[in-house]
Amino acid sequence: MEIELRNIHKAFGTNQVLKGVNLKLKSGEVHALMGENGAGKSTLMNILTGIHKQDQGQIFVDGKEVSFKNPLEAEAAGIAFIHQELNIWPNLTILENLFMMHSVANAWGVLDFKKMRQIAEEKCKEIAIELPLDAEAGECSVGQQQMTEIVRNLLVDAKVVIMDEPTAALTERETDKLFEVMRSLKKRGVAMVYISHRMEEVFSQCDTVTVMRDGVSVDTKSVADYGREQIVRDMVGRSITEFYPPRGNKPGEVVLEVKSFQQPGLFHNINFTLRKGEILGVAGLMGAGRTEIMRAIFGVDGCQSGEITLKGQNLHINKPEDAIKAGIGFVTENRKSEGLILDFSILRNIALPSVDSFAKKSVINFKSLNEFAHKMASKLGVKAQDLDLEAGSLSGGNQQKVVIAKWVGKKPDIIIMDEPTRGIDVGAKRDIYELMNELTANGVSIIMVSSELPEILGMSDRIMVIHEGCIAGELLHEEANQEKIMALATGGQ
Amino acid sequence: MNMKAMLKKSGSVIGLVVLFAVISCLNSSFIDPSNLKNLLRQVSINALISFGMTFVILTGGIDLSVGSILALSSVLMGSFIKSGNDPVVGIVLACLIGAVLGAVNGLVITKGKVAPFIATLATMTIFRGLTLVYTNGNPISSLTESELFHGFGQGYIVGLPVPAIMMLLMFGVAYFILHKTTLGRKTYAVGGNEKVSFIAGIKIDRIKIFAYTITGFLCGMAGAILTSRLNSAQPTAGTGYELDAIAAVVLGGTSLSGGKGRIVGTIIGALIIGTLNNGLNILNVSSFYQQVVKGIVILLAVLMDRKKS
Repeated sequence: MEIELRNIHKAFGTNQVLKGVNLKLKSGEVHALMGENGAGKSTLMNILTGIHKQDQGQIFVDGKEVSFKNPLEAEAAGIAFIHQELNIWPNLTILENLFMMHSVANAWGVLDFKKMRQIAEEKCKEIAIELPLDAEAGECSVGQQQMTEIVRNLLVDAKVVIMDEPTAALTERETDKLFEVMRSLKKRGVAMVYISHRMEEVFSQCDTVTVMRDGVSVDTKSVADYGREQIVRDMVGRSITEFYPPRGNKPGEVVLEVKSFQQPGLFHNINFTLRKGEILGVAGLMGAGRTEIMRAIFGVDGCQSGEITLKGQNLHINKPEDAIKAGIGFVTENRKSEGLILDFSILRNIALPSVDSFAKKSVINFKSLNEFAHKMASKLGVKAQDLDLEAGSLSGGNQQKVVIAKWVGKKPDIIIMDEPTRGIDVGAKRDIYELMNELTANGVSIIMVSSELPEILGMSDRIMVIHEGCIAGELLHEEANQEKIMALATGGQ
Repeated sequence: MNMKAMLKKSGSVIGLVVLFAVISCLNSSFIDPSNLKNLLRQVSINALISFGMTFVILTGGIDLSVGSILALSSVLMGSFIKSGNDPVVGIVLACLIGAVLGAVNGLVITKGKVAPFIATLATMTIFRGLTLVYTNGNPISSLTESELFHGFGQGYIVGLPVPAIMMLLMFGVAYFILHKTTLGRKTYAVGGNEKVSFIAGIKIDRIKIFAYTITGFLCGMAGAILTSRLNSAQPTAGTGYELDAIAAVVLGGTSLSGGKGRIVGTIIGALIIGTLNNGLNILNVSSFYQQVVKGIVILLAVLMDRKKS
């Protein structure tokens, strides 16, 4: 099946999101769709699958003009969309999920689970995966949930599968499995649209790249012809000669010391130090225990054994409150569920941990609280006309800035940042890196957990690599490179 | 502020005004000052409970035990006064007993990690059962001759019924706490997203226990007013009050999932329910139909709210 989108325009209210996008999709190709957040990628795909209706422009399937009124019609035509937030019913089993919309029943209208199971098993075999059909979907890993969606689309014989950031929440192993499945789909002639921010994946998995910027398609080329540099340039509209701002200052004395920290089953014998004004990068594969270690230090998940010393003082941290009091801040990896109260205003989110310091006998001084929030917002470059807007209405990058503003406002000595730039666009990334440099120049120390090696290499003064719950090694900025880190992260030497 | 936002903010006020206008057109005795005073007195008990319920619902919880707390603190206070103690001390005691019972709810919910609905469903029957055990099912009547005590439920100050004054006073306190203090801010935050609040260092348990405690306190006060009005403590008092309280909070636009809502809305919600009760009586609508009408009004209010947002 071939699809062509021609000169698509779309506005939401006064906001012109798409201003003439062209996209051609051939059968059996993996087509990467790249662009900063807000470039219009998701909107374009929503139009293709009938979720939104374009204001102008045409969609052709195999040369015939079509117009889908809703996602079901698109699905019937063979176009499936796997959203970033997966569409599963967590309370139902995988099997029930697979057949929710297209159940198989006998002549009496009674569901034929035996038959459904048989079909499901067949389809799984075809793409060489295994799914726990009787497990509750909510109990399964994100990877399994995603496979469930893929199998579901195979059941309705999808010819085009759109995937929006499919690897964002997958472990390394699950990602590899996904790529395998993608290759086998490709062999069957299925075309795929692959929306991703991850350059490595695009280069290893995709055939063609279309870059979008500000609602227009900039260019479409084969992966080999395009090249990294040019893709970045087309995405941001300018060349980024030096993406990571140079680290100027030299780390000072040791401020934090973690000794024989452990939590059975998650991590053991964690010993490390952090210096004043230092950025300590924490690398490792997904699931290696990086996040767990940070959450334990901050007291989010409770009990652990070991010693934490901050500026020579022994800390007993049982809950986040204790850590905050000691001068630690924590930007969690999941800003939507743990970082922000999405339907609260930006102002109230920024003020959340600091509200006590603007109250006398618990009565709030709103004037100084507002001044503080405005100061923090402008310091972090939060782009919003009005701090009374709901935090959820901001773009990912601005949301992340609000989360960071919230912690910087507490004036901590140490900030732990877990995946500080995940899922945000290039411009906002750069802003956050510059802010990190500014913070460390002022004596704040940062622990940065990241799955993006270029970021680890570009920003860290020192790199700690975690492998299966243990520290596999430490590298200084000067000696580190991708190969060394990956070797440590995968348990090699 | 544009027209739409105005409408959104004051939708329940408009509803109340319309209701008032319609009922007084149908029967002018509705707007007699004496009836209006009566109306305020009737509203006050539900309003006091609803203020507490607003705190609880803002944290994302619910309290089904309010009617039972009212009854238990009322009979304990009744027997305390009946045995010759100072009635004013009795009133204070009722509030404190209510607060303690509310704190029990809060502790079960936070420390025992029981879902608020289940926890307060259990304490609802426990407290009611204790009330019946304590009184053997009989009311405690003719409590005292004290004028001061009778005045608490029946009297007037500057032309307003004392219960209405208590209501306004407690409204002021609740408003102040919710909008001007860190405690209020944190109450909203906990209901908005508990996880975010926890990581931001907010003492979640403390906030929740406070919400249930203040609810209990206000139930005790409502119980004292009711007892004073009747000069008698009824073990079956307050049955079904939780529903009126929840209705008032919801009518006032507070979200049952927590984190969103205003105490101003709650007092208007309570006034709407009180106006309906009083007005339908004056219009001689059968009490069977009254329930139907009340239910429809609640449904309409929520549907309209949905449409606006």
